[in-house]
Amino acid sequence: MKPIVNDTVVSPEKVEEAKLKARYPGLGAKPGGSDLLRKRLQKGPKYFDSGDYNMAKAKMKNKSLPLAPVEKTEITGGHIPTPQDLPQRKTVLASKLAG
Amino acid sequence: MVSDIISTVEFNYSGELLATGDKGGRVVIFQHEQESKNRPHLRGEYNVYSTFQSHEPEFDYLKSLEIEEKINKIRWLQQQNAAHFLLSTNDKTIKLWKISERDKRAEGYNLKDEDGRLRDPFRITSLRVPVLMPMDLMVEASPRRIFANAHTYHINSISVNSDHETYLSADDLRINLWHLEITDRSFNIVDIKPANMEELTEVITAAECHPHQCNVFVYSSSKGTIRLCDMRAGALCDRHSKFFEEPEDPSSRSFFSEIISSISDVKFSHSGRYMMTRDYLSVKVWDLNMENRPVETYQVHEYLRSKLCSLYENDCIFDKFECCWNGSDSAIMTGSYNNFFRMFDRNTRRDITLEASRESSKPRATLKPRKVSTGGKRKKDEISVDSLDFNKKILHTAWHPKDNVIAVAATNNLYIFQDKIN
Repeated sequence: MKPIVNDTVVSPEKVEEAKLKARYPGLGAKPGGSDLLRKRLQKGPKYFDSGDYNMAKAKMKNKSLPLAPVEKTEITGGHIPTPQDLPQRKTVLASKLAG
Repeated sequence: MVSDIISTVEFNYSGELLATGDKGGRVVIFQHEQESKNRPHLRGEYNVYSTFQSHEPEFDYLKSLEIEEKINKIRWLQQQNAAHFLLSTNDKTIKLWKISERDKRAEGYNLKDEDGRLRDPFRITSLRVPVLMPMDLMVEASPRRIFANAHTYHINSISVNSDHETYLSADDLRINLWHLEITDRSFNIVDIKPANMEELTEVITAAECHPHQCNVFVYSSSKGTIRLCDMRAGALCDRHSKFFEEPEDPSSRSFFSEIISSISDVKFSHSGRYMMTRDYLSVKVWDLNMENRPVETYQVHEYLRSKLCSLYENDCIFDKFECCWNGSDSAIMTGSYNNFFRMFDRNTRRDITLEASRESSKPRATLKPRKVSTGGKRKKDEISVDSLDFNKKILHTAWHPKDNVIAVAATNNLYIFQDKIN
């Protein structure tokens, strides 16, 4: 009598799928679904606005430069500021009323 | 440097020029030097001919997203006069560049000096005719047309039509037809955007014009299908003329099936009778007259099928490999990982794996075939699947239109290999 052979051979893909599902149990059933595609349609980081973008680019360019030293004198919080503590105004804007 | 990563490689129609585009938006063109008379057994080399900045990064204010300057594709126009023309595109804007040579300069102007300073008109007592004098060769690239603001999504393909007047550009959801002379409008010929984006099931991955029939083009999808469209059928080619899809074995379907079936490149054969598609693990050749299955299938790196889980986790499963035909359509080539690339001979069914790296090849040396061991026992000179470097991907390759010369882009290095002339 011939032995009954189990014919089902698990394909390597299915083995890999089982591995993935074990690591990420929350993975959706439809892999090519709209979530994956929509992520594909929008590639790259999203910035808050153009200012945010330009700051990020400047930061990338100046990565090698050291950061400017922080002002040592505490203007607020530590003590009540006097006029000498405050930074000088660089330009004096003439009031239109004065002209 | 990241900006040096080569993102596209393309020979022109004669094979005399080879253009590369990179992530930093630059285009570098190489020219084939004439064979030297002293050493006729060696083919001439390719040397740098012209370099220019094609695209700059931009900011999309409406969507608050950066528009990368990376050159996605370069396509040459057929040469019609002394100048060369090419189209280069990033995600949003296509540009037509004119590359021209200048080897003469006018000397002896009446109103200005040799260094350009204006002469005092009262001191000019006689007139002379300027003479054209030879000068060192200067190659200039100038943008002649800018085709902008026609793509909401990211451009993946451009293809020049055989009529030499029009070309198509394709993004994830739409394909537009342009006239090379007209930049302020284009015709939308394919639109697969669903009314409700939640219903999106597939995107356009590549498109190409037929090499001889100017009314025919094809586009491939992320679901592994190819649609052939005839522009004579209607203004909008949403309904295909032919639909190519290989039937799938439902029992072997897995989570990865659709992802690895996504077609990353489609190329017509030079003859126009066949087309080739590249999906993650294989290259398929289709007869345009047979829609239900490919006529040839070549496995590129089947050993990766048992690594799909980790390739999904490190995103390599989404890598977009290109493929190309040789001039006579008898061989095809595509890239793989670990700086390996594969060539298949369609007639003999022989295939070879070669490596593009400085360590493995000295200039003028013959490339040694490589082999990846899949079983337990690894033979000497073989490399095991787990030792493959998945950061060293060969996504872009090009084959000279006539000769056995190939260009292979390995990250930020360009390799040019030639057949030995016996």
